[in-house]
Amino acid sequence: MALLDIKALTVEFATRRGVFVAVDNANISVEAGQIHGLVGESGAGKSTIGAAVMGLLEKPGRISQGEISLNGQPISGLDREAMQALRGKRVSMIFQDPLTSLNPLLTVGDQLAETIQFHLKLNDTDAYQKALELLTLVRIPDPEIRINQYPHQFSGGMRQRIVIALALCSEPDVIIADEPTTALDVSVQAQILSLIKELAREKQVGVILITHDMGVIADTTDVVTVMYQGKVVESGLTAQILGQPAHPYTQSLIAAVPRSHEKVRRFPLVSYGGKTQAFDIDDLARSWKKQTIDHTKPLFEVDSLTKRFITKPALLPSQQEFATAVDQVSFDIQQGEVFGVVGESGSGKSTLARMIAGLYQADGGRIVFDGTDITKSKDLSDYRRQIQMIFQDPYSSLNPRMRVDAIVGEPARHHKLLSGKALQMRVDELLDQVGLSAEAGKKYPHEFSGGQRQRISIARALATQPRFLICDEPTSALDVSIQAQILNILKDLQEHLNLTMLFISHDLPVIRQMCDRVGVMKSGVMVEQQATELLFTQPQHHYTQELLSFMPKLEGIRRVAS
Amino acid sequence: MLQNTLRSWLDSDFMWRLSRSPVAIISLLVVLLLVLGAIFAPWLAPYDPYDPATLDLMNGFTPPLTANDFTGQSFLFGSDDQGRDVLSTILHGMRVSLFVGVAAVAFAMVLGISLGLLAGYLGGWVDTLIMRIADIQLTFPSILVAMLIFGIAKGITPVEYRDQMAIWVLIIAIGLSDWVQFARVVRGATLVEKNREYVMAAQLIGQPKAIIMMRHILPNVLSPVLVIATISLALAIIAEATLSFLGVGAPPTQPSLGTLIRIGQGFMFSGEWWILLFPACTLLVLALSVNLLGDWLRDTLNPKLR
Repeated sequence: MALLDIKALTVEFATRRGVFVAVDNANISVEAGQIHGLVGESGAGKSTIGAAVMGLLEKPGRISQGEISLNGQPISGLDREAMQALRGKRVSMIFQDPLTSLNPLLTVGDQLAETIQFHLKLNDTDAYQKALELLTLVRIPDPEIRINQYPHQFSGGMRQRIVIALALCSEPDVIIADEPTTALDVSVQAQILSLIKELAREKQVGVILITHDMGVIADTTDVVTVMYQGKVVESGLTAQILGQPAHPYTQSLIAAVPRSHEKVRRFPLVSYGGKTQAFDIDDLARSWKKQTIDHTKPLFEVDSLTKRFITKPALLPSQQEFATAVDQVSFDIQQGEVFGVVGESGSGKSTLARMIAGLYQADGGRIVFDGTDITKSKDLSDYRRQIQMIFQDPYSSLNPRMRVDAIVGEPARHHKLLSGKALQMRVDELLDQVGLSAEAGKKYPHEFSGGQRQRISIARALATQPRFLICDEPTSALDVSIQAQILNILKDLQEHLNLTMLFISHDLPVIRQMCDRVGVMKSGVMVEQQATELLFTQPQHHYTQELLSFMPKLEGIRRVAS
Repeated sequence: MLQNTLRSWLDSDFMWRLSRSPVAIISLLVVLLLVLGAIFAPWLAPYDPYDPATLDLMNGFTPPLTANDFTGQSFLFGSDDQGRDVLSTILHGMRVSLFVGVAAVAFAMVLGISLGLLAGYLGGWVDTLIMRIADIQLTFPSILVAMLIFGIAKGITPVEYRDQMAIWVLIIAIGLSDWVQFARVVRGATLVEKNREYVMAAQLIGQPKAIIMMRHILPNVLSPVLVIATISLALAIIAEATLSFLGVGAPPTQPSLGTLIRIGQGFMFSGEWWILLFPACTLLVLALSVNLLGDWLRDTLNPKLR
């Protein structure tokens, strides 16, 4: 008998425009000591299953069919209180953001002890002792000291460990982890995942691991269930599913994941369900004023660039305190090349991109673009016409109150390149070329999906026919299948239009697929610069080696299967 | 085209939520009724309270719905000491109250939104200066600020224009005492919006700050402003009534609801209760329904409270 058994679960959300089925007839069973992965793209219903098991479905969501049972005992369909008593103790949850799941006003020890006392009816001393044990269990160093500290005194990874300790307070049978490492850096992610793995074995807890990341699934889970639009498409042993996926959706999904061990020319597209919109590069290339590539001199020369942010403002400059975000970074970008910058959060890679984009003023160093120093130059309008940027979050990069044609046409209008009829024609043409219909221009951004919005963002960037494109994590907010489409578009732009690119990402496999040369950044310093292939095969700096070793890999599982 | 716009508007989530809230519908209807009554007062009112020719002192102190002992005339809400129809004075008084309220809120909005945008987007010493002034002003009760401004204005306007100017001075006084909350909300929303990537996209192509503020940020910070504007309207109407009640507001030649209440309270203990009660009730119903409407708007437009 399975520990947690979900049978024919259907979750519905009754809305004004009819009933939306979020989970459709899903069967999942979890054994003790097993990690069961739940993978799918956004909107697949994977988090809804987690919420249904926890009894945390938000209104108007309801379980319309099916049964959830724990150790053979049904835990759905009971009245609210009985269900809560049963579930709160035996099923616990780990959320994505460790900062918001901890109370900032209580010490870690108090929070743990309170939860322990609520569940286990221990006295104060015993509860404290138990809290100490749990902190040791989740590998917090110096638990006797750390137990009296507040959440803000811990790093992101440490906080997630404490959240895991909290989840263990009630000695649960099942833990549901909803994207537990999505907000964390790769090196921390690797530690948290191995902790979850060890705990599942040691404590014989069943874990449901909800994630969108195939690499995490490959590294961590024993069994995996793949979901698509509320339906379970495939379920089985992880090695089996990832090695020889039977369902066409799983096949195309796995194919679209960027590989870290070899560079492919193009990404295979997820063709399952609905057709992908074509990107018309030939049409675009025809009307493009192509720049000839001059290999003798670089397009960008960045020389000991430095940016400091004031952390303690003061009237006298000598009293001010600074944090150095970018510290003496130097590199060149050749014409027609894609230069990648990789690093963890806080490494200064976005600050670097914004200085090059002219959004931040540099505190030291030079940025020479095509012979002119843009940190000294007074009039940047010529430079601004030649560069464009593609942003990370397609939900924030388009003004929600502006029509799409106004958004796409804005750079060209601002630089007085086109106006009136000619501008409107150019905008319609661009929208058509990036694979959106002509009517798209008359709509507002909220009517489009994330991938479509990123295409609009690309159309806007292309409107001024720039020479240089800054891509700041352009796909990190997108699903893998959409990511593959967008990365293909960027590859096309570089190949056919001779665009030069600065490509910022935290995702090593994506960097490997996209870039000719890569710079690795750590706390504001560029520790290594190398041609991509060399960097991935023979990393020199120990930090690069560390990053590469922590990267979750899909390839490992391949070998197990074959 | 127009039909389609109308249809999609009627079909929107906003209208749908309105249709499911009886409180909102009733308060909206009451507000509409009162506003229409105020706008069309000269045509709707049975008498013209400003025309001395129609006044008959013999009609004084007629109780509601009772024939006058001398003239035999009867009034729905009774008549006051001058023989004026109370209903007519209320309709005309509401006109003044609503005009002052709406104009004062509009003035406060323009001032508050502009200063809030500047403070939020420019930051630095501009922000510090504007927000410290706002903080200082908040330490005084707004009615006190309004009275102070009213007093200064009264001192500098020539005597012969005083009554004519009174309404405009009232608007400026209430508006100036009310801009702070608009500025605070707009500044807060601007701080959020200015870090969004679409603003960065506008900065990237080198658009001037004024254009970024007006074209990109302003339309995205307006929905909380709408909520505050509605709630402020109720407060502005009450502030006007308070000032007029204290005798520093609308002049007796152009009585507002507040002025009517002030006049009426003189007769409260001598038995002529209707002169006070009806204007007071009108003010209550008007302020309450505008306030309820504002509360509902806040709940509807804020996804966190839904």
